Amino acid sequence: MTGVVPPHGARVVLDDRDIARALTRISHEILERNRGAGDLLVLGIPRRGYPLARRLGARIAEVEGSEVPVGSLDVTPYRDDLRLRPARALEHTDIPTTGVDGRTVVLVDDVLFSGRTIRAALDALNDFGRPRVVRLAVLVDRGHRELPIRADFVGKNLPTSLGEDVRVHLREVDGNDEVLIEGQSAARAGEG
Amino acid sequence: MDQHLLSAGDLTRDDALLLLDTAEEMRSLSDRPIKKLPTLRGRTVVNLFFEDSTRTRISFELAAKRLSADVINFAAKGSSLSKGESLKDTALTLQAMGADAVVVRHHASGAPHRLAHSAWTSGSVVNAGDGTHEHPTQALLDAFTMRRHLGALEGRHVAVVGDVLHSRVARSNALLLSTLGAQVTLVSPPTLLPVGVEAWPVEVSYDLDAVLPKVDAVMMLRVQAERMDAAFFPSAREYSRRYGLDLRRMNLLPDHALVLHPGPMNRGMEITADVADAARSVIVEQVSNGVATRMAVLYLLLSGAAPALAADDPEGPT
Repeated sequence: MTGVVPPHGARVVLDDRDIARALTRISHEILERNRGAGDLLVLGIPRRGYPLARRLGARIAEVEGSEVPVGSLDVTPYRDDLRLRPARALEHTDIPTTGVDGRTVVLVDDVLFSGRTIRAALDALNDFGRPRVVRLAVLVDRGHRELPIRADFVGKNLPTSLGEDVRVHLREVDGNDEVLIEGQSAARAGEG
Repeated sequence: MDQHLLSAGDLTRDDALLLLDTAEEMRSLSDRPIKKLPTLRGRTVVNLFFEDSTRTRISFELAAKRLSADVINFAAKGSSLSKGESLKDTALTLQAMGADAVVVRHHASGAPHRLAHSAWTSGSVVNAGDGTHEHPTQALLDAFTMRRHLGALEGRHVAVVGDVLHSRVARSNALLLSTLGAQVTLVSPPTLLPVGVEAWPVEVSYDLDAVLPKVDAVMMLRVQAERMDAAFFPSAREYSRRYGLDLRRMNLLPDHALVLHPGPMNRGMEITADVADAARSVIVEQVSNGVATRMAVLYLLLSGAAPALAADDPEGPT
């Protein structure tokens, strides 16, 4: 893909068709790994993990011909950085009535970075019950993990420097689908 | 949001909506297998109650515990307060123990304000009812309850009926509801209206029958026993006939309208038993919503390095 020239020096790394293809592939990988949609529960982490979870759920349902429960799991009260910033508003949590006990839970987020959000999500999940297994699907893995956490399903591995920002825009939240990198890649040159 | 919650009038519309939205999320916690969040682990909340109160204190206590805070209850009876310790010395003691928030109920109007603006304590002060002044968390839980049934309160009409003069609930509700864009009509005998009510953002009526058909909710205030013989009205029976909510009056309300009461009720005085137990009465629900609302207050004041910002926090880069 060629870089589209961008407002504010941002570079588009995934466009809407790239995102659609990545989600289709991930939904097939989930089904393959799980051998069907049997006990799946797809939980998106707000804000942008939730629309992604819904899209994955819809694709899985299309392939399997049966509905897959999709919910949203707010991790805000479980974050480890709450005391470093002003109190933050909560996002919506909605766990389907199927519950999480004994289920294969697929957590979905837009960007995997430090891994701290996922750590908080695992804690939150613990308060809802005991899943049989928890997997992680992300649209973008940008590296720089600070915890021993990895994704099972990745839309795109995106090597970044810490000076760069990865921004995911989704139709449901932002009006369009794209993934952008902005900020100095000079930092990367320095590292190199 | 301010560091303290002293008056419903201090809340901007954005603050109030943030509190109500947060309460909505907190409410869903009661449907979970583990009804607890780890968010306020290591924080200490002191319930400082100079006046008897069961439901407000229990409600705050449960709210703090569901957020994993440590809770200390300090009631006037059986403590150094009954030995004549001053508010200042009590506050200094609590400060020395490291209270992050003080939930205070006091018989004197303005006591929470004094506490918040002194150097006696550095924690957040939450007003849990001061004299005849304010009871902001009650107004929040009332608004929360109404919003769950009626949707946005903008343009809604609420009647507040009874002893407005001595009611901190009425004042806090009038302020909060007008901030939220609702219209408030106070219905009360002239003797039970406060001086200066003209400056409140409300209308006033003496005729309950005329007001009821126009409102989306009616909030009945408790008539305190000690007022009954104090010449504010000729007799309890006359008060009840003119300002009490009975079945006939309830049927004047539109079908969707709610009946609220902050409790404790005097059944047969300001509200009859059949109305209190009617389907449109949300009085019991107010109690459970009180816990969710107080969780929202404590969460937004205490969970961060500073109280929450009301303006929609732009999400930082990931």
